[in-house]
Amino acid sequence: MTLLAIDWILLIEKLILIAIIVFASLGIALYTTFAERKVAAILQDRPGPNRAGPFGLFQPFADGLKLIMKEEIIPNTANKFLFVLGPGLAMTAALMTCAVIPWSSQVHIFDRTIDLQVADINIGILYVFGVVSMGVYGIMIGGWASNNKFSLMAALRGASQAISYELAMGLSLIAVLMLSGSLSLKTIVDQQMAPGHLWNVAYQPLGFLIFFICALAECNRTPFDLPEAENELNFGYHQEYSSMKLGFYLFSEYVNMIMSSAIMASLFFGGFDIPFLDESTLAPNLAAGLGVLALLVKIVIFIFVFMWIRWTVPRFRYDQLMNLGWKKMIPLALVNMLITGAVILWLQGK
Amino acid sequence: MQALTNRSKEVSRKPISFLESLYLPAIFKGMAITFSHMFKKQPTIHYPEQKRPFSPVFRGLHVLNRDEEGRERCTACGLCAVACPAEAITMEAAERMPGEENKYREEKYAARYEINMLRCIFCGLCEEACPKDAIYLSETFAPANFTRKGFIYGKSDLLIPDPKTEPEAYAKALGKGEKTTASTTN
Ligand code: SF4
Ligand code: SF4
Repeated sequence: MTLLAIDWILLIEKLILIAIIVFASLGIALYTTFAERKVAAILQDRPGPNRAGPFGLFQPFADGLKLIMKEEIIPNTANKFLFVLGPGLAMTAALMTCAVIPWSSQVHIFDRTIDLQVADINIGILYVFGVVSMGVYGIMIGGWASNNKFSLMAALRGASQAISYELAMGLSLIAVLMLSGSLSLKTIVDQQMAPGHLWNVAYQPLGFLIFFICALAECNRTPFDLPEAENELNFGYHQEYSSMKLGFYLFSEYVNMIMSSAIMASLFFGGFDIPFLDESTLAPNLAAGLGVLALLVKIVIFIFVFMWIRWTVPRFRYDQLMNLGWKKMIPLALVNMLITGAVILWLQGK
Repeated sequence: MQALTNRSKEVSRKPISFLESLYLPAIFKGMAITFSHMFKKQPTIHYPEQKRPFSPVFRGLHVLNRDEEGRERCTACGLCAVACPAEAITMEAAERMPGEENKYREEKYAARYEINMLRCIFCGLCEEACPKDAIYLSETFAPANFTRKGFIYGKSDLLIPDPKTEPEAYAKALGKGEKTTASTTN
């Protein structure tokens, strides 16, 4: 009987939390598409979309509606099952990451303490990496199933790019993990929140830079958007897609962006920590609310930087991309790791 | 080889230095430039609300003019149709009946007068050809329609409102500073 004694309230709590997080990320992703167009416009001295609703705020809904209304096309020669699986996988992988992100500390409702994190698993960051690297399957399967030379080429590019950049990303992360001694994202954030402890970016500036560049590559953002290079590959892996399947691919890119911003904020910028403020002096619920806000602000800043880079830097050539990945990022990340290890050892020896 | 002009520049083929190969300084410089553009004035003209002034010789959609008493000027002589390089104008003439003197200025008038706006190239030759100052190119432009048929403008679309019975609509059709203003006074 004890096996059946599931904590039902906990289950409901988690389900509600999952629903909120998923819908919130989708909502934010919706408006990220809008923000992308606005940021692009402002950086290029244009007004951007401003016709649908006040300041064009209803534009994302118009875009979404347009995508849904489009004809659903599956090419004759495509592998039907994989063709549909591709965008689904891309989207799922993008959304699954949010399970381990600590959105804030705890809230107290009806004498229950609720963690604002779906699952505080002790291998959080490993899980993130596992799921993120699944995202490339969406690209690969989509590109393969389309049965189109350009799409296949894009899929290959996507896969090899992901492999080369994940390595450097993992190596730069190891340095952070050596500092924190834990793989749980919650613990990493809590350590950064502790008084007298700076954010990790202060100890790992090089590590952060490497991680950030690799995150750009992982999200297929310019200057590393080789898999969808418009001018050489005709949008690459999602060339044959139409309607909402295309929407899923485009959308998953934005969700990915949000998630990697959240992870970067958690790993290097103190997660839901509010700078120059000791949260323990506030009421717990207030602190939790402000924490969510702080994390959101950090995410928004990161997303802005992503876009800013996109509308500044031209795309890398493919060999440059590979050179950068294998000959610059990986050695740099290795050196960073070694230096961090040496310094930690030296500090312990004192 | 001797250069043809003194404007040619030697291309630098130096291998890039270590600092340049890091890309970062150049990227930051570029990002500073794009950031500064956030605060620049936008040159955009928000079209339907704001309009650019036209040059005084702008050639837009046609109007068929009336004289001071509100009579149609066109006498269906067909000179405009002959002058038209795009063969966009068609008309049918009719004779003015007694009692219609207040409607048509000449004894013959155009019962049907059509311009196919899809064929028209807005050259203004019809305007130049007309001996009666009847047809003018206005400043209205960018017509939109759902069908091709809708682009064949008949008399009801072309004829300027009567200055006597509908003075406001007439004034509006004239606009300000348009060529049609000058035409009605001569
Ligand atoms: S503007 Fe030129 S092309 Fe158009 S109707 Fe007049 S003469 Fe023909
Ligand atoms: S518009 Fe002028 S040129 Fe053309 S038929 Fe009438 S009077 Fe003649």
